[in-house]
Amino acid sequence: MSTQSSRLAARVMVAPSVLLLFIWMVVPLAMTLYYSFRLYRLISPDRTGWVGFTNYLWFINAPEFWLAMGNTLALVGGVLAITVTLGILIALLIDQPVKGQGVLRILVIAPFFVMPPVAASILENLFMHPQNGLFAAVSMSFGAQPILFLQDYPMWSVIAIVSWEWLPFATLILLTSLQSLSSEQLEAAEMDGASALNRFRFIILPHMMRAITVVILIQTIFLLGIFGEIFTTTQGGPGSASTTLPYMIFKQAIAAKDIGRAAAGGIIAVILANIVAYFLMRGIGRHLDT
Amino acid sequence: MARATSPRRKALTTLAAWSVALVIFFPVLWMILTSFKTEPSAVAMPPQLFTADWTLENYAEVWQRSDYPRFFWNSVVLSLGSTLLGLAVAIPAAWAMAFVPGKKTKDLLMWMLSTKMMPAVAVMIPLYLVFLKLGLIDTRIGLVLALMLMNLPIIVWMLYTYFKEIPAEILEAARMDGAGLFKEIVYVLTPMALPGIASTLLLNVILAWNEAFWTIILTTTKAAPLSAFIASFSAPQGLFYAKLSAASTMAIAPILILGWFSQKQLVRGLTFGAVK
Repeated sequence: MSTQSSRLAARVMVAPSVLLLFIWMVVPLAMTLYYSFRLYRLISPDRTGWVGFTNYLWFINAPEFWLAMGNTLALVGGVLAITVTLGILIALLIDQPVKGQGVLRILVIAPFFVMPPVAASILENLFMHPQNGLFAAVSMSFGAQPILFLQDYPMWSVIAIVSWEWLPFATLILLTSLQSLSSEQLEAAEMDGASALNRFRFIILPHMMRAITVVILIQTIFLLGIFGEIFTTTQGGPGSASTTLPYMIFKQAIAAKDIGRAAAGGIIAVILANIVAYFLMRGIGRHLDT
Repeated sequence: MARATSPRRKALTTLAAWSVALVIFFPVLWMILTSFKTEPSAVAMPPQLFTADWTLENYAEVWQRSDYPRFFWNSVVLSLGSTLLGLAVAIPAAWAMAFVPGKKTKDLLMWMLSTKMMPAVAVMIPLYLVFLKLGLIDTRIGLVLALMLMNLPIIVWMLYTYFKEIPAEILEAARMDGAGLFKEIVYVLTPMALPGIASTLLLNVILAWNEAFWTIILTTTKAAPLSAFIASFSAPQGLFYAKLSAASTMAIAPILILGWFSQKQLVRGLTFGAVK
């Protein structure tokens, strides 16, 4: 059905999207690359020049850098572990014939629709606050000291907040996949005497593999860029205890106003994201082809 | 995979499932309850699930703050504006990719997806500087553009997967009957694609409403939506829990309601059609 003229029309129709995305992503990325080799501070904009890899060396040698890398990986790994594990368990539970399944789903999915600053601010103040928070009240009712969540366990607190936001996403997708599993196969396995655990391991889990892959891929993309939750709660602190790579770059750009160094950090983040994407695609890509 | 189970087992799983669901939902519930309390009872120890002196005062007070309605309307304008603009750009593109696929269509789609994988911080500085130069910082137009571009790959992808499901034969039949390209899009394609377009609209309004990176970076006060406002909401320690809860409840209520309607499309949209 594709004639010459419809081909041309198709190109014209695709062009604006491609052009806009190019201007939005590729051009700024090139500019970031350019700045990363330049001396460029907003405080002293007159002093400029090429500085080679100085910005990169500063960034990598900053004491904060490896901490930020570790925190970034802890955030991504921690949230993935929590949401995928709990997501599978909750999906299995909700998939059982239970009363009021519709309302149940609505309650479980709710946190996903809560904007990150609200989720962070509510959990920080109403739950984790050492004087007025609900957790403090629980601690004190047992006669224990309230836990200073954001102060003593900043990274764990951020992981907990982000996990709460993303658990519904994992659950919903895993549940959708679970519901497409035919019950006949399971019944046959049950009649053959397969235990519940074996049915899970050999029938349910392989069936869910594709959905699990998708959850891991998509969450990783979003988790590598987590920003609002940290901005709202710990601001990367205390000290640098909860500074992730995106937050470190943000601090360099906004607080220190050092564009060159922040740009170098940005390029490092792109490289990191590409490495992660490569391994993810390679390691679990085979589940996506089918 | 619903299977026959004993009533006893059903009661137990129902109990377990409801307990889990309530734990997950509890922070939202607690926030809503707190928004109806007075400030002193909001921080009362031990905490009270319900209080005798419940009030609507917090909502009135938050709404009467000089700036809250502005943040709210900014959220409405930015999320709707960016999504409608995004649809206007993406519908032709998705149409072309779905019905006149070329050799490079798959690559182009993958490239669009890959721009979503790029960390936003990596392009934050140039975009900030460009916005600054063009005078777009803290303007609604600037933010509408930013949010539209942020979601454009998702909009194109979602529309593409929906359009793909429309049988091409119908379009051919319309063409045989002498319908031109314009008529084909308006009278044949649009009615069939409307459900897909509607769910794309819904999901992207949600994503734009909840966006909390570009809105924080690119605004200060005038064009800031609720996400930027709540992120910097702080008051002297102590008596602000009830008002924070009321402000937050209003900020998430529209999306919570929209979201509950779009559950099914959500899975499909966010997985780029990989899970349906």
